[in-house]
Amino acid sequence: MTEPAQAHSTKTKNAKTQSKAKNALELKDLSVAYRVAGRNRAVLRNLSLTIGQGEAYGLVGESGCGKSTVALTVVRYLPRNGSITDGAISLDGKDIMKLDAEALRRTRAESVSMVYQDPGKALNPSIRIGRQMTEIFELGGITGQAATDQAIAMLNRVRISDPASVMQRYPHQLSGGMQQRVAIAMALANDPSMLILDEPTTGLDATVEAEVLDLIAQLRQELSASILFISHNLAVVSNMCDRVGVLYAGMLVEEGPTEVVFNDPRHPYTVALLRCLPRGGQRKDQGRLDTIPGFLPGIGATISGCAFADRCALSTERCRTELPPLYDLSDERGKRLSRCHYHDKAQALPRATPSDVAPAPKPAAQPVLRVAGVNKTYASHGHPLRAVKDVSLDLRPGETLGLVGESGSGKTTFARLLLGLVPPDDGGTIELEGKALAPKLENRGDDQVKAMQIVFQNPDSALNRSHSIRHILGRALKRLAGLSGKALETRLDDLVRSVRLTDRHLAVKPRQLSGGLKQRVAIARAFAGDPRIVVCDEPTSALDVSVQAAILNLLADLQSKEDVSYIFISHDLGVVRYLSDKIAVLYLGRIMELGPSEQVFSGPHHPYTEALLSAVPKLDQTETARIRLDGEIPSAVNPPSGCVFHTRCPRKIGPICEQQEPPLAEAQPGHSIRCHIPYSELARLQKGVVIEAA
Amino acid sequence: MSAVQTTSPVRQDDTRRRSPAAEVLSSLMRSGTFLTGLAIVLFWVACALFGEHFAPYDPLADDIINALSPPSAEHWFGTDQIGRDVFSRVIVGSRDILTVAPLATLLATIAGTALGLLTGYFRGIVDDVVSRILEAFMAIPVVIVALLAIVALGTSKTTVIIVIGLSFAPIIARTVRSAVLAERELDYVAAAQLRHESAFHTMFVEILPNVIPPILVETTVRLGYAIFAVATLSFMGFGIQPPSPDWGLSISSNYGMIGGGFWWTVLFDALAIASLVIGVNLAADGVHGAFND
Ligand SMILES: Nc1ncnc2c1ncn2[C@@H]1O[C@H](COP(=O)(O)OP(=O)(O)O)[C@@H](O)[C@H]1O
Ligand code: SF4
Ligand code: SF4
Ligand SMILES: [Mg+2]
Repeated sequence: MTEPAQAHSTKTKNAKTQSKAKNALELKDLSVAYRVAGRNRAVLRNLSLTIGQGEAYGLVGESGCGKSTVALTVVRYLPRNGSITDGAISLDGKDIMKLDAEALRRTRAESVSMVYQDPGKALNPSIRIGRQMTEIFELGGITGQAATDQAIAMLNRVRISDPASVMQRYPHQLSGGMQQRVAIAMALANDPSMLILDEPTTGLDATVEAEVLDLIAQLRQELSASILFISHNLAVVSNMCDRVGVLYAGMLVEEGPTEVVFNDPRHPYTVALLRCLPRGGQRKDQGRLDTIPGFLPGIGATISGCAFADRCALSTERCRTELPPLYDLSDERGKRLSRCHYHDKAQALPRATPSDVAPAPKPAAQPVLRVAGVNKTYASHGHPLRAVKDVSLDLRPGETLGLVGESGSGKTTFARLLLGLVPPDDGGTIELEGKALAPKLENRGDDQVKAMQIVFQNPDSALNRSHSIRHILGRALKRLAGLSGKALETRLDDLVRSVRLTDRHLAVKPRQLSGGLKQRVAIARAFAGDPRIVVCDEPTSALDVSVQAAILNLLADLQSKEDVSYIFISHDLGVVRYLSDKIAVLYLGRIMELGPSEQVFSGPHHPYTEALLSAVPKLDQTETARIRLDGEIPSAVNPPSGCVFHTRCPRKIGPICEQQEPPLAEAQPGHSIRCHIPYSELARLQKGVVIEAA
Repeated sequence: MSAVQTTSPVRQDDTRRRSPAAEVLSSLMRSGTFLTGLAIVLFWVACALFGEHFAPYDPLADDIINALSPPSAEHWFGTDQIGRDVFSRVIVGSRDILTVAPLATLLATIAGTALGLLTGYFRGIVDDVVSRILEAFMAIPVVIVALLAIVALGTSKTTVIIVIGLSFAPIIARTVRSAVLAERELDYVAAAQLRHESAFHTMFVEILPNVIPPILVETTVRLGYAIFAVATLSFMGFGIQPPSPDWGLSISSNYGMIGGGFWWTVLFDALAIASLVIGVNLAADGVHGAFND
C-alpha cells in the first residue's frame, strides 16, 4: 500500500554530511542481550541513533522497552549478565567497544557522566556530601583547598545557595530535589562532553521537577554538553530535547525533531502514547482517555513482523509477517523516521477505548464528608510542627476532591487524618454522612471504617507480598463486606471483573503482576466494602502513561457506577484536573485555595496555584509566561510570618504579606482564596497569562 | 482495514518466574559453604540416629582390664577410665546434644519471634518495657541463669532446653523486632487496620510471613551457639547426666586425665563438638548468603 519514502533525501544528506565531522554519540546496529536462566534474551535490537555535538536527544517509551539499557550500554556499565551481541558504539569518534579497561576508565572519568532516577544510587549514604564531591576532583589530580573550592563552585553552579553547609551534610539530610542537584553537580564535575540523564526527575514533585529541568536547560547552554535524556514523561522530553526517539521492544520505532514528532506523530505507538495523556484540560465527563491494550513484548521475544502489531488497531496481515523498515519521512521540518508500513495513516489509529461516558449522576445536596477546623501537630525535636492547620471542607457523593501542593504541604497527612490512621489534634470535627467520626480508627464503627478506604501510591508496599491475590481480596470481602462461602466467591468474581482482572490473576502473588495490574488489585481491595469515599494517594505516579490512562478510566467508571467520592492526590496537575470536580491547594498545611476544578485551573487563582500550574511541563512548547518558585518549601516547624507563602510569592504586595495572615475568603460562590490581593486585582494581574495544565 | 487475526508476530520467550522460596533453595544448592556444612551436620545426625548399628562396641559397656588403652587397631580412639570404647562413644555421643540444642533453639525462636512481633508491632510503651526487661535478661550470664534454673527445676534435659531457649530468645526477639519495625511502615499494615483486623491477625497473618527470612537466618546462627552452650553446660555438670556418652559430659569426666597423658579420652570428643559447631555455622553462613543475594 505504501512505499518506503525515499524521495526526500536531499535535506537529509546535507544534514548527514554536516554532522559527520564528529558526532557526540553514535550507536550503529546495536544489539544487547541479558542472560536469564541460561539463555541470552534480546533487549535492544539493531538500534541505530546519532546524537550531534551539543544536541539534546530524548528517548521515550514504556518502562521495560530498553531505555536504561541504552544508557548503561553507552558507558559499558551493563550488569554482569548483559552483553553487547552486535553493533558499534562510538563516543566522540572513539569506538567504545575497542577501549581497554584503562582507556574505558579514563573515558568515563573524563568525557561521559550519568545521572540516575534515584539520586541515592549516585550518593554514598554514609559519607558527607563535601567529601564525595572533593573525591571526584582528587581523582582528577586536584587536592586540598583547591578541591574544596571547586566543589563549592560546582554546587553554586547547580544553584545550591549555601554550598558550605550542604557539604557538611549527609545525603539523607537533603530533600530529594536537593540530592538530585548534588548528583547533577557530581556528574558535571568532570566537565563531560556527553551527559546521560536516565529519568532524572521522575521521583520529584512537579515544582522541584520544573526547577531541576530548568537547571539542566541552563547548564546545557553553559556547558555545551550533548545530552541523552531518558524519560517516560513525554511532556518533559518535549520541553528539554531537540530530537526525540521512541523506543519499543528495544527498537527505534519513530524519530525526529521533538515538536514535529509530538505534533504530527507518524507511528501508531507514538500516537497512542500521546492519546493516553489527559490534555488541554480534558475532564472525566468529557470522555475517557484512550489506552494501549496489551503489553510490551517480554525480553527475548522473537519478533518476526512489526513488534507493535499485537496492540495496533491498524495492523494487517503484512504487519504480522514483514518487519517494517525505518521509513524515511524527512521533509522541510527535518529528518524523521517511522517504523510503520502505514505511517501515513498512523493518526487515523482507531481508539482502543471508546470515549463515551455514562452521564454522571448529579451530586446530591447533602455532603458525604464534612471536615471542620481540623489540625494536626507533630512534635519535631521538641518543637511543634503543624502539618495540617485549620482545614475545613466538604465533599458530596460522587464528587472528586483533588488535593495539590508540593511534597511537604500536608496532603498525605490530611488524607491519613480522614482515614483515622493518624489522630488529629483535639478540636476539629470530621463527619461522615452526618455522623461524627472518632479521631482514632479503633474507635470508629465497622461501617464507618469500611466506608472510607484508600488506594496507596506504591502497590508493592500496599499489597502483602506473602499473600495471593485471592487471599488479599477475599480477606477484604470478608472483613469489609462481611461475606463468606459462596456469596464471597460470587462477589469476588464481580469485583475482579469490575477492575478488569481475570480469574487467572487470583492464584498469583503480587510480585508476579505488573505495576498496573497490582494497582488494579489495590483498587479492587478499596472497593470491596462498597465505600463512600476512597482516598487515592498518587495512585498512578509509579505507572507508565498507557497504564495510567487505564487506571484513570477505571477510577472514573467506578465512580459513575458506584457514586463514590474520591479524594485524589497527585502531583500531576493534568491528571488531577481530569478527575477532580473540586480542588484544594495546600501549602504548609493550610488551604490556600479551594474551589470548583474549572475555576481553580482557569483562574484567577491564588499566586501559589499560579506558580504550580506554570511549573507543569507542557507538550506543546508555546512559551507561556513561567512563574518561578524559588527554593524549597519552608520548614513547617518554623513557618514564615503573615502569609506563609510570602517568602516565595512572585506577586507579594508589601509588608502586609509578612505581617498578617490573609483569611481564606470566598471570592466567588464556592471559590475561596487565601491572599491579600483582591480577586478583581488577581484577575487583572493574571490576565493574558494563559496557563493550561499539561 | 480491520486487523486480520493470524498468528502474533511476537513470540514471547517465557521466562518462568520462580517463587522466592525456589530461588533461595536453588541458591542454597549452589553454595559450597552451605553444602559442606550440611554434609557435616547430616553426618552427625546419621550417627545420632543409627550410630549403635555401626559402632564397634557398646558405648556404655565397661571393660576395666582394658581401661585407658591408647588408640590401636582394636580401639581406634582408645578407651576411657573404665575401658569404654571412645570411638563408639563419640559416634553415639551426638544423640543428646542433637535433641537438646535444636529443641532449645526452637523454643528460643518461638519465644523470640512472639516477643519481637509484640515489641515491633506495638512499639511505644510495650516496646519500652519488654525491651528493657529483655536487655536486663541478656545481661545475666547463661551460667547464672542455669544455676537458678537447676535450683528451681533440678538437672534434666528439659532444664537445659529451657535455660538455653530463654537465654537466646531475647537475641532472636531483637532481630525479629527490627524486621517488624520495617514491615510495619509498609502500607499493607495500614490496609489491615483499615479492615479493623485484630492485632493478632496483623502480627501473625500479615507481618510474620514477611519476616521469615531473617528469622531463619538467626535461627541457624543460634543453633551453632546452642550446641556450644549445651556442651558447655554438660561439661560443667549442669546439663546432660551420666551415663550418657554425651561429648561435653565425657570431656568433663575425663579432662583430669590429660595431665596423665591420656589425651585420647578428651581430644576426640572435643573435635566432635568443634566439627558440629563448624558444620552448623557453615550451613548458617550459606543460609544467610542465600537470603541476602
Ligand atoms: N540485569 C538484567 N537481567 C535480566 N533482565 C534485565 C536486566 N536489566 C533489565 N532487564 C530487562 O530488560 C528489559 C529492558 O529493561 P530497561 O533497559 O531497564 O528498560 P527501561 O529503562 O526502558 O525501563 C526489561 O524487560 C527488564 O526487565
Ligand atoms: S506496521 Fe502495522 S502493526 Fe506495526 S505499527 Fe504500523 S500499522 Fe501497526
Ligand atoms: S498574601 Fe501576599 S504573599 Fe501571600 S499569596 Fe497573597 S500576595 Fe502572595
Ligand atoms: Mg529505566
